[in-house]
Amino acid sequence: MTRRNRTRAIRTAQYGVLLIVVLVFALAADWGELRRAFFDVEVAKKQFPDVITTALVNTVVYTVLGFVFGLALGLLLALMRLSQVLPYRWLAIAYIEFFRGVPALLVFIALGYGVPVAFQVSINQYVTVMLALGLVGAAYMAETIRAGIQAVPKGQTEAARSLGMSPTWAMISIVIPQAFRIVLPPLANELILLTKDSSLVYLLGLSLDQYELAKFGRDALNQHRSLTPILIAGLFYLAITLPLGHLVRRLEARTAKAR
Amino acid sequence: MNEATGTSGGGSAAIEIEGLRKSFGELEVLRGIDITVRRGEVVCVIGPSGSGKSTLLRCVNLLEEPTSGTVCVAGTEVTDPEVDLDRIRRRIGMVFQAFNLFPHLTALGNLTIAQRRALGRGKAEAEEVARRNLRRVGLTEKETSYPAQLSGGQQQRVAIARALSMGPELMLFDEPTSALDPELVGDVLAVMRGLADDGMTMLVVTHEMSFAREVADRVVFMDDGLIVEEGPPEQVVGDPRQARTRAFLSRVLDPAAAEVLEGSEEPSAEQPEGEGVTQPGSPPPQRVDTVRDRKGVRKQHPR
Repeated sequence: MTRRNRTRAIRTAQYGVLLIVVLVFALAADWGELRRAFFDVEVAKKQFPDVITTALVNTVVYTVLGFVFGLALGLLLALMRLSQVLPYRWLAIAYIEFFRGVPALLVFIALGYGVPVAFQVSINQYVTVMLALGLVGAAYMAETIRAGIQAVPKGQTEAARSLGMSPTWAMISIVIPQAFRIVLPPLANELILLTKDSSLVYLLGLSLDQYELAKFGRDALNQHRSLTPILIAGLFYLAITLPLGHLVRRLEARTAKAR
Repeated sequence: MNEATGTSGGGSAAIEIEGLRKSFGELEVLRGIDITVRRGEVVCVIGPSGSGKSTLLRCVNLLEEPTSGTVCVAGTEVTDPEVDLDRIRRRIGMVFQAFNLFPHLTALGNLTIAQRRALGRGKAEAEEVARRNLRRVGLTEKETSYPAQLSGGQQQRVAIARALSMGPELMLFDEPTSALDPELVGDVLAVMRGLADDGMTMLVVTHEMSFAREVADRVVFMDDGLIVEEGPPEQVVGDPRQARTRAFLSRVLDPAAAEVLEGSEEPSAEQPEGEGVTQPGSPPPQRVDTVRDRKGVRKQHPR
Protein backbone atom coordinates (compact mmCIF):
# COMPACT_ATOMS: atom_id res chain seq x y z
CA MET A 1 0.00 0.00 0.00
CA THR A 2 1.42 3.39 -0.88
CA ARG A 3 1.72 6.04 1.75
CA ARG A 4 -1.04 8.12 0.20
CA ASN A 5 -3.41 5.14 0.04
CA ARG A 6 -2.70 4.24 3.62
CA THR A 7 -3.43 7.79 4.79
CA ARG A 8 -6.66 7.74 2.87
CA ALA A 9 -7.68 4.37 4.31
CA ILE A 10 -7.03 5.48 7.88
CA ARG A 11 -9.06 8.63 7.41
CA THR A 12 -11.94 6.69 5.84
CA ALA A 13 -11.91 4.29 8.79
CA GLN A 14 -12.07 7.19 11.26
CA TYR A 15 -15.06 8.75 9.49
CA GLY A 16 -16.66 5.29 9.40
CA VAL A 17 -16.35 4.82 13.16
CA LEU A 18 -17.82 8.23 13.77
CA LEU A 19 -20.75 7.50 11.49
CA ILE A 20 -21.48 4.18 13.22
CA VAL A 21 -21.42 5.78 16.69
CA VAL A 22 -23.76 8.54 15.59
CA LEU A 23 -26.12 6.05 13.98
CA VAL A 24 -26.21 3.83 17.07
CA PHE A 25 -27.09 6.79 19.26
CA ALA A 26 -29.69 8.07 16.80
CA LEU A 27 -31.42 4.71 16.56
CA ALA A 28 -31.15 3.77 20.21
CA ALA A 29 -32.39 7.08 21.61
CA ASP A 30 -36.02 7.61 22.35
CA TRP A 31 -36.49 10.89 20.51
CA GLY A 32 -39.96 11.55 21.70
CA GLU A 33 -38.89 11.13 25.30
CA LEU A 34 -35.83 13.35 24.83
CA ARG A 35 -37.83 16.03 23.11
CA ARG A 36 -40.40 16.04 25.88
CA ALA A 37 -37.70 16.24 28.57
CA PHE A 38 -35.39 18.84 27.04
CA PHE A 39 -37.31 20.71 24.38
CA ASP A 40 -40.79 21.10 25.76
CA VAL A 41 -41.97 24.22 23.97
CA GLU A 42 -44.86 24.84 26.37
CA VAL A 43 -42.55 24.70 29.41
CA ALA A 44 -39.95 26.80 27.61
CA LYS A 45 -42.52 29.53 26.89
CA LYS A 46 -43.46 29.72 30.56
CA GLN A 47 -39.86 30.54 31.52
CA PHE A 48 -39.96 33.84 29.69
CA PRO A 49 -39.60 36.66 30.46
CA ASP A 50 -38.63 35.83 34.08
CA VAL A 51 -35.56 33.85 33.09
CA ILE A 52 -34.14 37.04 31.58
CA THR A 53 -35.60 39.82 33.72
CA THR A 54 -34.89 38.05 37.02
CA ALA A 55 -32.49 35.15 36.65
CA LEU A 56 -30.07 36.42 34.01
CA VAL A 57 -30.01 39.90 35.48
CA ASN A 58 -29.33 38.55 38.97
CA THR A 59 -26.54 36.28 37.73
CA VAL A 60 -24.86 39.24 36.06
CA VAL A 61 -25.37 41.50 39.09
CA TYR A 62 -24.00 38.91 41.56
CA THR A 63 -21.00 38.21 39.33
CA VAL A 64 -20.16 41.87 38.83
CA LEU A 65 -20.49 42.60 42.55
CA GLY A 66 -18.21 39.70 43.42
CA PHE A 67 -15.73 40.57 40.68
CA VAL A 68 -15.38 44.23 41.61
CA PHE A 69 -14.93 43.47 45.30
CA GLY A 70 -12.60 40.57 44.52
CA LEU A 71 -10.50 42.72 42.18
CA ALA A 72 -10.05 45.46 44.79
CA LEU A 73 -9.22 42.95 47.52
CA GLY A 74 -7.00 41.00 45.13
CA LEU A 75 -4.99 44.11 44.27
CA LEU A 76 -4.57 44.88 47.96
CA LEU A 77 -3.45 41.31 48.64
CA ALA A 78 -1.02 41.39 45.71
CA LEU A 79 0.57 44.58 47.06
CA MET A 80 0.75 43.05 50.55
CA ARG A 81 2.31 39.95 49.05
CA LEU A 82 5.07 42.15 47.56
CA SER A 83 5.44 44.34 50.63
CA GLN A 84 8.74 44.87 52.41
CA VAL A 85 6.91 44.33 55.68
CA LEU A 86 7.13 40.66 56.52
CA PRO A 87 3.82 40.31 58.47
CA TYR A 88 1.92 41.75 55.47
CA ARG A 89 3.46 39.10 53.26
CA TRP A 90 2.52 36.40 55.75
CA LEU A 91 -1.05 37.64 56.00
CA ALA A 92 -1.44 37.73 52.22
CA ILE A 93 0.05 34.27 51.76
CA ALA A 94 -2.13 32.83 54.52
CA TYR A 95 -5.25 34.38 53.00
CA ILE A 96 -4.46 33.23 49.49
CA GLU A 97 -3.60 29.68 50.51
CA PHE A 98 -6.71 29.42 52.68
CA PHE A 99 -9.27 30.64 50.18
CA ARG A 100 -7.70 28.80 47.27
CA GLY A 101 -7.63 25.58 49.24
CA VAL A 102 -11.14 25.68 50.71
CA PRO A 103 -14.19 24.84 48.54
CA ALA A 104 -16.22 27.92 47.58
CA LEU A 105 -19.27 26.00 48.79
CA LEU A 106 -17.93 26.06 52.33
CA VAL A 107 -17.34 29.81 52.21
CA PHE A 108 -20.93 30.32 51.06
CA ILE A 109 -22.33 28.17 53.84
CA ALA A 110 -20.18 29.96 56.40
CA LEU A 111 -21.32 33.38 55.21
CA GLY A 112 -24.94 32.43 54.52
CA TYR A 113 -25.69 30.53 57.73
CA GLY A 114 -22.64 30.68 59.95
CA VAL A 115 -22.14 34.40 60.30
CA PRO A 116 -25.82 35.35 60.89
CA VAL A 117 -26.23 32.54 63.43
CA ALA A 118 -22.94 33.06 65.23
CA PHE A 119 -23.06 36.85 65.37
CA GLN A 120 -26.83 37.38 65.51
CA VAL A 121 -26.70 39.81 62.60
CA SER A 122 -28.56 39.89 59.33
CA ILE A 123 -26.59 41.17 56.42
CA ASN A 124 -28.05 42.54 53.23
CA GLN A 125 -28.32 39.71 50.71
CA TYR A 126 -26.38 41.51 48.01
CA VAL A 127 -23.58 42.32 50.43
CA THR A 128 -23.35 38.67 51.43
CA VAL A 129 -23.18 37.62 47.80
CA MET A 130 -20.51 40.23 47.11
CA LEU A 131 -18.46 39.09 50.09
CA ALA A 132 -18.78 35.38 49.36
CA LEU A 133 -17.90 35.57 45.66
CA GLY A 134 -15.30 38.31 46.20
CA LEU A 135 -13.48 36.61 49.07
CA VAL A 136 -12.91 33.50 46.96
CA GLY A 137 -12.16 35.34 43.72
CA ALA A 138 -9.68 37.69 45.44
CA ALA A 139 -7.38 34.80 46.34
CA TYR A 140 -6.99 33.81 42.69
CA MET A 141 -6.84 37.37 41.38
CA ALA A 142 -4.18 38.32 43.95
CA GLU A 143 -1.77 35.76 42.56
CA THR A 144 -2.53 36.81 38.99
CA ILE A 145 -2.01 40.49 39.74
CA ARG A 146 1.18 39.80 41.68
CA ALA A 147 2.59 37.94 38.67
CA GLY A 148 1.58 40.88 36.46
CA ILE A 149 3.30 43.42 38.68
CA GLN A 150 6.45 41.33 38.70
CA ALA A 151 6.31 41.00 34.91
CA VAL A 152 6.66 44.77 34.43
CA PRO A 153 10.34 45.35 33.52
CA LYS A 154 12.49 46.73 36.32
CA GLY A 155 13.64 49.55 34.05
CA GLN A 156 10.14 51.05 34.31
CA THR A 157 10.42 51.54 38.06
CA GLU A 158 13.97 52.77 37.68
CA ALA A 159 12.92 55.34 35.10
CA ALA A 160 10.08 56.55 37.33
CA ARG A 161 12.30 56.74 40.41
CA SER A 162 15.09 58.47 38.47
CA LEU A 163 12.56 61.17 37.59
CA GLY A 164 11.99 61.68 41.30
CA MET A 165 8.63 59.94 41.59
CA SER A 166 7.99 58.37 44.99
CA PRO A 167 7.76 54.57 45.22
CA THR A 168 4.00 54.90 45.72
CA TRP A 169 3.44 57.07 42.65
CA ALA A 170 5.78 54.90 40.57
CA MET A 171 3.63 51.92 41.55
CA ILE A 172 0.29 53.65 40.96
CA SER A 173 0.92 55.47 37.71
CA ILE A 174 3.64 53.40 36.05
CA VAL A 175 3.71 49.79 37.26
CA ILE A 176 0.08 48.95 38.04
CA PRO A 177 -1.38 50.20 34.73
CA GLN A 178 1.13 48.07 32.84
CA ALA A 179 0.56 45.10 35.14
CA PHE A 180 -3.18 45.21 34.45
CA ARG A 181 -2.57 45.20 30.72
CA ILE A 182 -0.53 42.05 31.17
CA VAL A 183 -3.10 40.27 33.36
CA LEU A 184 -6.23 41.28 31.46
CA PRO A 185 -6.66 37.86 29.78
CA PRO A 186 -6.36 35.83 33.02
CA LEU A 187 -8.64 38.33 34.79
CA ALA A 188 -11.31 37.87 32.12
CA ASN A 189 -10.90 34.15 32.67
CA GLU A 190 -11.53 34.69 36.37
CA LEU A 191 -14.72 36.53 35.45
CA ILE A 192 -15.91 33.43 33.58
CA LEU A 193 -15.21 31.26 36.61
CA LEU A 194 -17.03 33.72 38.89
CA THR A 195 -20.05 33.70 36.57
CA LYS A 196 -20.38 29.99 37.13
CA ASP A 197 -19.56 30.21 40.85
CA SER A 198 -22.44 32.65 41.25
CA SER A 199 -24.71 29.58 40.99
CA LEU A 200 -23.65 28.79 44.57
CA VAL A 201 -25.55 31.81 45.78
CA TYR A 202 -28.64 29.63 46.36
CA LEU A 203 -26.89 28.44 49.52
CA LEU A 204 -27.51 31.85 51.05
CA GLY A 205 -31.26 31.32 50.80
CA LEU A 206 -32.93 33.43 48.15
CA SER A 207 -36.35 34.93 47.76
CA LEU A 208 -38.10 34.51 44.39
CA ASP A 209 -36.95 37.81 42.96
CA GLN A 210 -33.37 37.04 43.97
CA TYR A 211 -33.13 33.80 41.96
CA GLU A 212 -30.21 33.54 39.59
CA LEU A 213 -30.06 31.23 36.57
CA ALA A 214 -29.16 27.93 38.26
CA LYS A 215 -31.69 28.25 41.09
CA PHE A 216 -34.32 29.50 38.68
CA GLY A 217 -33.76 26.47 36.43
CA ARG A 218 -33.86 24.05 39.35
CA ASP A 219 -37.07 25.54 40.68
CA ALA A 220 -38.77 25.33 37.29
CA LEU A 221 -37.53 21.75 36.89
CA ASN A 222 -39.37 20.73 40.03
CA GLN A 223 -42.45 22.63 39.03
CA HIS A 224 -42.78 21.28 35.47
CA ARG A 225 -41.01 17.90 35.76
CA SER A 226 -39.03 18.88 32.69
CA LEU A 227 -35.35 19.41 31.98
CA THR A 228 -36.15 22.23 29.57
CA PRO A 229 -35.61 25.04 32.13
CA ILE A 230 -32.17 23.58 32.94
CA LEU A 231 -31.27 23.62 29.26
CA ILE A 232 -32.45 27.22 28.99
CA ALA A 233 -30.44 28.26 32.04
CA GLY A 234 -27.39 26.55 30.57
CA LEU A 235 -27.83 28.40 27.30
CA PHE A 236 -27.99 31.71 29.14
CA TYR A 237 -24.75 30.89 31.00
CA LEU A 238 -23.18 30.25 27.61
CA ALA A 239 -24.56 33.57 26.39
CA ILE A 240 -22.42 35.20 29.09
CA THR A 241 -19.33 33.00 29.05
CA LEU A 242 -18.82 32.45 25.32
CA PRO A 243 -18.41 36.17 24.50
CA LEU A 244 -16.09 36.46 27.52
CA GLY A 245 -14.05 33.53 26.24
CA HIS A 246 -13.86 35.21 22.86
CA LEU A 247 -12.69 38.38 24.59
CA VAL A 248 -9.97 36.44 26.43
CA ARG A 249 -8.64 35.02 23.14
CA ARG A 250 -8.61 38.47 21.53
CA LEU A 251 -6.81 39.99 24.50
CA GLU A 252 -4.29 37.17 24.43
CA ALA A 253 -3.69 37.70 20.73
CA ARG A 254 -3.21 41.42 21.34
CA THR A 255 -0.74 40.76 24.15
CA ALA A 256 1.15 38.30 21.97
CA LYS A 257 1.37 40.89 19.21
CA ALA A 258 2.56 43.63 21.55
CA ARG A 259 5.56 41.55 22.61
CA MET B 1 16.33 77.04 27.22
CA ASN B 2 15.92 77.76 30.86
CA GLU B 3 16.56 74.12 31.76
CA ALA B 4 20.24 74.51 31.09
CA THR B 5 21.10 77.55 33.10
CA GLY B 6 24.65 77.09 31.99
CA THR B 7 27.91 77.83 33.63
CA SER B 8 26.60 80.56 35.90
CA GLY B 9 27.85 78.59 38.89
CA GLY B 10 31.38 79.16 37.72
CA GLY B 11 33.67 76.26 38.51
CA SER B 12 31.70 74.84 41.45
CA ALA B 13 31.21 71.07 41.49
CA ALA B 14 28.05 69.49 40.09
CA ILE B 15 29.15 65.98 41.09
CA GLU B 16 31.77 65.10 43.66
CA ILE B 17 32.56 61.44 44.20
CA GLU B 18 35.05 60.27 46.80
CA GLY B 19 36.28 56.77 47.55
CA LEU B 20 33.29 55.15 45.87
CA ARG B 21 33.14 51.38 46.19
CA LYS B 22 30.37 49.06 45.10
CA SER B 23 30.13 45.30 45.44
CA PHE B 24 27.52 42.87 44.20
CA GLY B 25 27.96 39.93 46.52
CA GLU B 26 31.53 38.76 46.09
CA LEU B 27 32.12 40.85 43.00
CA GLU B 28 33.62 44.29 43.60
CA VAL B 29 32.58 46.37 40.63
CA LEU B 30 33.86 49.77 41.76
CA ARG B 31 37.10 49.70 43.70
CA GLY B 32 37.60 53.25 44.86
CA ILE B 33 36.55 55.98 42.46
CA ASP B 34 37.30 59.68 42.91
CA ILE B 35 35.92 62.06 40.35
CA THR B 36 34.62 65.61 40.22
CA VAL B 37 32.40 67.05 37.51
CA ARG B 38 32.21 70.84 37.42
CA ARG B 39 29.07 72.74 36.53
CA GLY B 40 28.64 72.98 32.78
CA GLU B 41 31.24 70.34 32.14
CA VAL B 42 30.74 67.38 29.79
CA VAL B 43 32.55 64.28 30.99
CA CYS B 44 32.59 61.09 28.93
CA VAL B 45 33.33 57.77 30.62
CA ILE B 46 34.79 55.12 28.34
CA GLY B 47 36.09 51.64 28.97
CA PRO B 48 35.52 47.98 28.26
CA SER B 49 32.35 46.21 29.27
CA GLY B 50 32.32 45.20 32.90
CA SER B 51 34.64 48.00 33.89
CA GLY B 52 31.95 49.53 36.14
CA LYS B 53 31.03 52.57 34.03
CA SER B 54 27.28 52.09 34.24
CA THR B 55 27.42 51.24 37.93
CA LEU B 56 29.35 54.46 38.56
CA LEU B 57 26.61 56.41 36.77
CA ARG B 58 23.84 54.63 38.64
CA CYS B 59 25.53 55.44 41.95
CA VAL B 60 25.21 59.16 41.22
CA ASN B 61 21.40 59.09 41.55
CA LEU B 62 21.50 56.11 43.87
CA LEU B 63 19.77 53.62 41.59
CA GLU B 64 22.62 51.58 43.04
CA GLU B 65 23.50 52.12 46.66
CA PRO B 66 27.27 52.49 47.09
CA THR B 67 28.94 50.02 49.42
CA SER B 68 31.16 52.82 50.72
CA GLY B 69 32.32 56.29 49.78
CA THR B 70 30.42 59.54 49.30
CA VAL B 71 28.57 61.05 46.37
CA CYS B 72 27.64 64.74 46.41
CA VAL B 73 25.40 66.32 43.80
CA ALA B 74 25.31 70.12 43.71
CA GLY B 75 26.56 70.27 47.28
CA THR B 76 24.04 67.76 48.68
CA GLU B 77 25.36 64.42 49.83
CA VAL B 78 23.13 61.81 48.17
CA THR B 79 24.73 58.98 50.12
CA ASP B 80 23.50 60.53 53.38
CA PRO B 81 20.69 58.26 54.63
CA GLU B 82 18.80 61.29 55.92
CA VAL B 83 18.52 62.90 52.50
CA ASP B 84 15.26 63.15 50.54
CA LEU B 85 16.26 61.04 47.57
CA ASP B 86 13.20 61.85 45.44
CA ARG B 87 13.92 65.56 45.75
CA ILE B 88 17.52 65.13 44.63
CA ARG B 89 16.63 62.80 41.77
CA ARG B 90 14.34 65.48 40.36
CA ARG B 91 17.47 67.57 39.81
CA ILE B 92 19.33 64.74 38.05
CA GLY B 93 18.14 63.70 34.60
CA MET B 94 18.89 60.14 33.57
CA VAL B 95 18.81 58.55 30.13
CA PHE B 96 18.99 54.76 29.85
CA GLN B 97 20.40 52.46 27.23
CA ALA B 98 17.03 50.74 26.80
CA PHE B 99 15.12 54.10 26.81
CA ASN B 100 12.68 52.86 29.47
CA LEU B 101 9.84 54.97 28.13
CA PHE B 102 6.46 54.24 29.71
CA PRO B 103 4.73 52.15 27.01
CA HIS B 104 1.20 52.86 28.27
CA LEU B 105 1.58 56.63 27.88
CA THR B 106 1.93 58.84 24.80
CA ALA B 107 5.09 60.84 24.24
CA LEU B 108 3.39 63.80 25.89
CA GLY B 109 2.19 61.61 28.77
CA ASN B 110 5.74 60.32 29.27
CA LEU B 111 6.92 63.90 29.63
CA THR B 112 4.15 65.14 31.91
CA ILE B 113 3.59 62.27 34.35
CA ALA B 114 6.59 62.92 36.60
CA GLN B 115 6.13 66.68 36.41
CA ARG B 116 2.64 66.19 37.76
CA ARG B 117 3.28 63.38 40.26
CA ALA B 118 6.70 64.47 41.51
CA LEU B 119 6.76 68.24 41.01
CA GLY B 120 3.03 68.78 41.53
CA ARG B 121 2.70 70.89 38.41
CA GLY B 122 -0.75 71.44 36.93
CA LYS B 123 -1.78 69.84 33.66
CA ALA B 124 -1.45 72.99 31.58
CA GLU B 125 1.95 73.92 32.90
CA ALA B 126 3.29 70.36 32.58
CA GLU B 127 2.09 70.14 28.98
CA GLU B 128 3.61 73.47 28.10
CA VAL B 129 7.00 72.37 29.47
CA ALA B 130 6.61 69.01 27.72
CA ARG B 131 5.87 70.59 24.34
CA ARG B 132 8.84 72.90 24.68
CA ASN B 133 11.12 69.94 25.32
CA LEU B 134 9.63 67.84 22.52
CA ARG B 135 10.38 70.75 20.21
CA ARG B 136 13.90 70.86 21.57
CA VAL B 137 14.51 67.25 20.49
CA GLY B 138 12.72 67.78 17.18
CA LEU B 139 9.66 65.62 17.85
CA THR B 140 6.83 68.13 18.12
CA GLU B 141 4.67 66.14 15.71
CA LYS B 142 4.99 62.93 17.78
CA GLU B 143 3.34 64.10 20.99
CA THR B 144 0.34 61.78 20.61
CA SER B 145 2.41 58.77 19.53
CA TYR B 146 2.98 55.82 21.84
CA PRO B 147 6.55 54.55 22.31
CA ALA B 148 5.83 51.43 20.23
CA GLN B 149 5.00 53.68 17.28
CA LEU B 150 8.38 55.43 17.40
CA SER B 151 11.78 54.36 16.07
CA GLY B 152 14.53 53.65 18.54
CA GLY B 153 16.17 57.00 17.87
CA GLN B 154 12.89 58.83 18.38
CA GLN B 155 12.24 56.92 21.59
CA GLN B 156 15.60 57.89 22.98
CA ARG B 157 15.01 61.54 22.09
CA VAL B 158 11.64 61.41 23.87
CA ALA B 159 13.48 59.90 26.85
CA ILE B 160 15.92 62.82 26.81
CA ALA B 161 13.03 65.28 26.59
CA ARG B 162 11.34 63.48 29.49
CA ALA B 163 14.41 63.97 31.67
CA LEU B 164 14.73 67.61 30.57
CA SER B 165 11.10 68.31 31.48
CA MET B 166 12.01 68.03 35.14
CA GLY B 167 14.41 70.93 34.71
CA PRO B 168 17.48 69.00 35.86
CA GLU B 169 20.76 70.62 36.83
CA LEU B 170 22.73 67.77 35.35
CA MET B 171 22.17 64.83 33.05
CA LEU B 172 23.42 61.25 33.22
CA PHE B 173 23.57 59.25 30.00
CA ASP B 174 24.04 55.49 30.26
CA GLU B 175 25.17 54.29 26.83
CA PRO B 176 22.34 56.21 25.19
CA THR B 177 23.09 55.04 21.65
CA SER B 178 24.18 51.44 22.27
CA ALA B 179 20.73 49.97 21.59
CA LEU B 180 20.19 51.95 18.39
CA ASP B 181 20.61 50.96 14.77
CA PRO B 182 23.66 52.77 13.39
CA GLU B 183 21.64 55.11 11.16
CA LEU B 184 19.63 56.38 14.14
CA VAL B 185 22.60 57.21 16.36
CA GLY B 186 23.28 60.57 14.71
CA ASP B 187 19.97 62.20 15.71
CA VAL B 188 20.43 61.31 19.37
CA LEU B 189 24.02 62.51 19.43
CA ALA B 190 22.94 65.76 17.76
CA VAL B 191 20.44 66.38 20.57
CA MET B 192 23.12 65.66 23.16
CA ARG B 193 25.54 67.96 21.37
CA GLY B 194 22.90 70.71 21.51
CA LEU B 195 22.50 70.18 25.24
CA ALA B 196 26.25 70.44 25.74
CA ASP B 197 26.31 73.66 23.72
CA ASP B 198 23.59 75.06 25.98
CA GLY B 199 25.88 74.48 28.94
CA MET B 200 24.23 71.42 30.49
CA THR B 201 26.38 69.46 32.91
CA MET B 202 26.64 65.96 31.48
CA LEU B 203 28.15 62.66 32.59
CA VAL B 204 28.05 60.30 29.64
CA VAL B 205 28.94 56.62 29.48
CA THR B 206 29.53 55.95 25.81
CA HIS B 207 31.26 53.90 23.17
CA GLU B 208 31.03 56.76 20.66
CA MET B 209 34.65 57.86 20.49
CA SER B 210 34.01 60.61 17.98
CA PHE B 211 31.35 62.10 20.28
CA ALA B 212 33.74 61.91 23.22
CA ARG B 213 36.47 63.55 21.20
CA GLU B 214 34.34 66.37 19.85
CA VAL B 215 31.98 67.17 22.71
CA ALA B 216 33.63 66.12 25.97
CA ASP B 217 35.60 68.55 28.09
CA ARG B 218 37.16 65.58 29.79
CA VAL B 219 37.37 61.85 29.10
CA VAL B 220 37.67 59.24 31.83
CA PHE B 221 38.95 55.78 30.95
CA MET B 222 37.84 53.08 33.39
CA ASP B 223 38.94 49.48 33.62
CA ASP B 224 38.26 46.86 36.24
CA GLY B 225 36.49 49.20 38.65
CA LEU B 226 39.17 51.90 38.66
CA ILE B 227 39.89 55.09 36.79
CA VAL B 228 42.96 54.34 34.74
CA GLU B 229 43.38 57.63 32.96
CA GLU B 230 41.56 60.94 32.68
CA GLY B 231 42.16 64.20 30.91
CA PRO B 232 41.13 66.23 27.89
CA PRO B 233 39.89 64.10 24.99
CA GLU B 234 42.76 64.97 22.69
CA GLN B 235 45.04 63.42 25.28
CA VAL B 236 43.04 60.39 26.53
CA VAL B 237 41.59 59.45 23.16
CA GLY B 238 44.21 61.03 20.92
CA ASP B 239 47.41 60.26 22.77
CA PRO B 240 46.75 57.93 25.72
CA ARG B 241 49.54 57.46 28.24
CA GLN B 242 48.45 54.19 29.77
CA ALA B 243 49.00 50.90 27.98
CA ARG B 244 45.50 49.68 28.93
CA THR B 245 43.90 52.78 27.41
CA ARG B 246 45.89 52.33 24.22
CA ALA B 247 44.89 48.66 24.02
CA PHE B 248 41.20 49.50 24.52
CA LEU B 249 41.22 52.32 21.97
CA SER B 250 43.03 50.28 19.35
CA ARG B 251 40.35 47.60 19.71
CA VAL B 252 37.52 50.13 19.46
CA LEU B 253 38.97 52.28 16.69
CA ASP B 254 40.41 49.53 14.49
CA PRO B 255 37.35 48.20 12.64
CA ALA B 256 38.68 44.67 12.16
CA ALA B 257 39.55 44.31 15.81
CA ALA B 258 36.40 46.13 16.80
CA GLU B 259 34.27 43.42 15.27
CA VAL B 260 35.97 40.82 17.39
CA LEU B 261 35.42 43.08 20.38
CA GLU B 262 31.74 43.53 19.68
CA GLY B 263 31.29 39.80 19.42
CA SER B 264 32.79 39.28 22.81
CA GLU B 265 31.09 42.34 24.21
CA GLU B 266 27.50 41.20 23.80
CA PRO B 267 27.09 39.64 27.24
CA SER B 268 27.74 43.00 28.82
CA ALA B 269 28.54 42.51 32.44
CA GLU B 270 26.98 45.84 33.23
CA GLN B 271 23.36 44.97 32.61
CA PRO B 272 23.32 42.16 35.17
CA GLU B 273 24.96 44.48 37.66
CA GLY B 274 21.85 46.55 37.65
CA GLU B 275 19.62 43.55 38.05
CA GLY B 276 21.69 42.30 40.94
CA VAL B 277 19.86 44.46 43.41
CA THR B 278 16.65 42.51 43.18
CA GLN B 279 18.34 39.24 43.95
CA PRO B 280 20.78 40.07 46.67
CA GLY B 281 23.29 37.43 47.56
CA SER B 282 23.18 35.40 44.41
CA PRO B 283 25.44 36.63 41.63
CA PRO B 284 23.12 37.45 38.72
CA PRO B 285 23.10 34.96 35.86
CA GLN B 286 24.72 37.14 33.26
CA ARG B 287 23.80 35.30 30.12
CA VAL B 288 20.11 35.02 30.85
CA ASP B 289 19.82 38.65 31.83
CA THR B 290 21.66 39.74 28.74
CA VAL B 291 19.34 37.77 26.53
CA ARG B 292 16.35 39.34 28.19
CA ASP B 293 17.87 42.75 27.91
CA ARG B 294 18.61 42.24 24.23
CA LYS B 295 15.06 41.15 23.70
CA GLY B 296 13.81 44.12 25.62
CA VAL B 297 15.86 46.40 23.47
CA ARG B 298 14.74 44.79 20.27
CA LYS B 299 11.14 44.97 21.40
CA GLN B 300 11.39 48.71 21.48
CA HIS B 301 11.91 48.79 17.73
CA PRO B 302 8.60 48.92 15.93
CA ARG B 303 9.89 47.35 12.74
